[in-house]
Amino acid sequence: MKTSTIAVQIGVGKDATGAMSFPIYQNATFRHPALGQSTGYDYSRSGNPTRKVLEEGIAQLDGGVRGFAYASGMAAITNLLLLFKQGDHLVVTEDLYGGTFRVIDKVFARQGLEATYVDTSDANRVAEAIRENTRAVLLEVPTNPLLKVADIRRIGDIAKGTGILTIVDNTFLTPYLMRPLELGADVVVYSATKFISGHNDVLAGLVVVKDEELGKQVYFLQNSVGAVLGPQDCWLVIRGLKTLGVRIDRQLENAQTIAEWLTRQAGVTRVYYPGLETDPGNRLLREQARGFGAMVSFEMAGRHIAEEVLKKVKLISFAESLGGVESLITFPAFQTHADMDPAERERMGINDRLLRLSVGIEDVGDLLADLEQAISGWEANV
Amino acid sequence: MKIGTKILHTGNEIDPTTGAVSIPVHHAATFKQAKADEFGPYDYSRSGNPTRDALEAIIASLEGGVKGFAFSSGMAAISSVFLLFSPGDHLVACEDVYGGTYRVLTRLFSRLGIEASFVDFTDTAKIREAIRPNTKALYLETPSNPLLRITDLRVVSALAKEKGLLSIIDNTFMTPYLQRPIAYGMDIVIHSATKYLGGHSDVLAGLAVAADGKMANQIKFIQNAFGAVLGPQDCWLLMRGIKTLKARMDMHQHGAARLAEWLQGRPEVKEVFFPGLPGHPGKEIHESQADGPGGIVSFRLQTEEMTKRCLSRVRLPVLGVSLGGVESIISYPVTMSHAAMHPDHRKHVGVTGDLVRFSVGIEDPDDLIEDLDAALNQV
Repeated sequence: MKTSTIAVQIGVGKDATGAMSFPIYQNATFRHPALGQSTGYDYSRSGNPTRKVLEEGIAQLDGGVRGFAYASGMAAITNLLLLFKQGDHLVVTEDLYGGTFRVIDKVFARQGLEATYVDTSDANRVAEAIRENTRAVLLEVPTNPLLKVADIRRIGDIAKGTGILTIVDNTFLTPYLMRPLELGADVVVYSATKFISGHNDVLAGLVVVKDEELGKQVYFLQNSVGAVLGPQDCWLVIRGLKTLGVRIDRQLENAQTIAEWLTRQAGVTRVYYPGLETDPGNRLLREQARGFGAMVSFEMAGRHIAEEVLKKVKLISFAESLGGVESLITFPAFQTHADMDPAERERMGINDRLLRLSVGIEDVGDLLADLEQAISGWEANV
Repeated sequence: MKIGTKILHTGNEIDPTTGAVSIPVHHAATFKQAKADEFGPYDYSRSGNPTRDALEAIIASLEGGVKGFAFSSGMAAISSVFLLFSPGDHLVACEDVYGGTYRVLTRLFSRLGIEASFVDFTDTAKIREAIRPNTKALYLETPSNPLLRITDLRVVSALAKEKGLLSIIDNTFMTPYLQRPIAYGMDIVIHSATKYLGGHSDVLAGLAVAADGKMANQIKFIQNAFGAVLGPQDCWLLMRGIKTLKARMDMHQHGAARLAEWLQGRPEVKEVFFPGLPGHPGKEIHESQADGPGGIVSFRLQTEEMTKRCLSRVRLPVLGVSLGGVESIISYPVTMSHAAMHPDHRKHVGVTGDLVRFSVGIEDPDDLIEDLDAALNQV
């Protein structure tokens, strides 16, 4: 079955009443039929029927054995990081989401977890960074915000047989466009706040694992730490998933048009979008995904021009986050990546001229008109 | 203002823009910004959400702290607070702590190099003996779960101050209506708000309150970085639950007192644990720091067999885990709330197969007694 079909059908036929929309079990505890017996549900932190539908749904979408839902994308990622112990080492994508960087750099570093940040679009650098105590490679594909593409198959092969887990943050592409477990990854993680839910109306995180043993370890952490997603929010994510295919189809089309248009604008000095044939990740992503996603980053000729653009956009909202049906624009150096060292940021290209656009499902003509009135008039040499 | 009134009127219960007397459920994940370098009060819901803010302000106000924090479960609140510590740090915790707390300390934080010792907090000398040079905090529940042992908050906070340690209390059993530990010098108060604060067994939630600004900043950092935050719908349900906290708690206590007294007169019952009973060890201390005994009654029957028979014969209380809901819940700590505890440790603290924990709901106490009477008559 195609992923868009699986997504539409989540929860259907699972409720005893026949309800097409699976009910919201707004419930903390479950009555035991008798001492020593259980319905399979005891306490919602350990398991909740609405959460289970979502967890099974995402596991099926990603072709994994087990899914897990968390209170936020960061709660999902931190739960995975808790799999490791003092003295363990990770190889991590260098231009990754600032929140992930922060938690590794400021919290887990203190807990004795080491990390090396590399340009994971070069698999050789990943191989070089691996040490004896390396336990996992954490990849974002494509990266946030520079949209670099790592070769999941090659990195998966490098890690295979060494006991090193390959973890892919698939937030930007979703299982509709890319299924990392099929490419050789062991774990997929999502900020489901983004494309998975798609409406900027729920915070959520998801994890899918490829094997049962790892599933048990992740479940232990999910239940013990308790950073679980509430039932209302599970239901909203399920509801969002039903339109995953139609939303993303439209977003992809809009993003491609906008990225191509941006390359022709005088005030724009650089466009990052793997769907452009000139983009370094284009060929690789074509091999491992069914589409290039709806994130487009671009560099303006100067910081003040970037700020002017943010001021002038009307239809496109200046707000953090991404992946919703409404288009959003952000200034990564000051928002999502504010916790990174400024010199490091500049070196990688996350500079004070870079804007990140999350393309929504509005009519592309209206989006282009909004961008045009905000961008036009700036010359490359301003 | 009396605490019972304050529960309804902390000043955070009205929507500031529309005047709505119920705070709206703000489902927004992200917030539109006006300027590139100057953000409004909200940018992303993990960092701050208006519905969650209202709840956090309410709990901070009720506990008398500077700032409140809402988490996706009680364990998420507890785990987030434990993340304040670093490898090599050591905590001293009360030995009959909630099984889930015991589990994260002994099986998760231990792996990250954070150690914990478990001692009897009713004995100050034992706490003092357990303190090491690397001890960073004292962690306790009073009354404790499930044996309702009482720890003297003044003594613990004085000891913490003397040794330069943080004092942390899980105040789930009492709620701020009955006990406000910050007034006795505690630094951090935690709740599984799933229990009495929510009160309806319909929402999982955790809360933490910091007594001072520095601690608040550290917890804020962890809450935002880890992101185990409570969703807006659940924040709203929790605020709705808090509105009836006093009315519910009054009835819980009334029923629990009736039941505890009645249980004492039954030949099948070996021992009753309830801080409101004359002769309960720690009763005097409890009454000096709390405004009531709470709604939990634990008891031992003569044998384990009788206990199991009793649990299978009760009809009105729900047999299940959790507590603090309007409906009575009866549970078997040894296989439920404290299953995660090492069997030797369980035995050591007295959580054995003859023990029952009764979370007395707000049903008419006569009906609860009638039901239990029928069950005990058959054991």
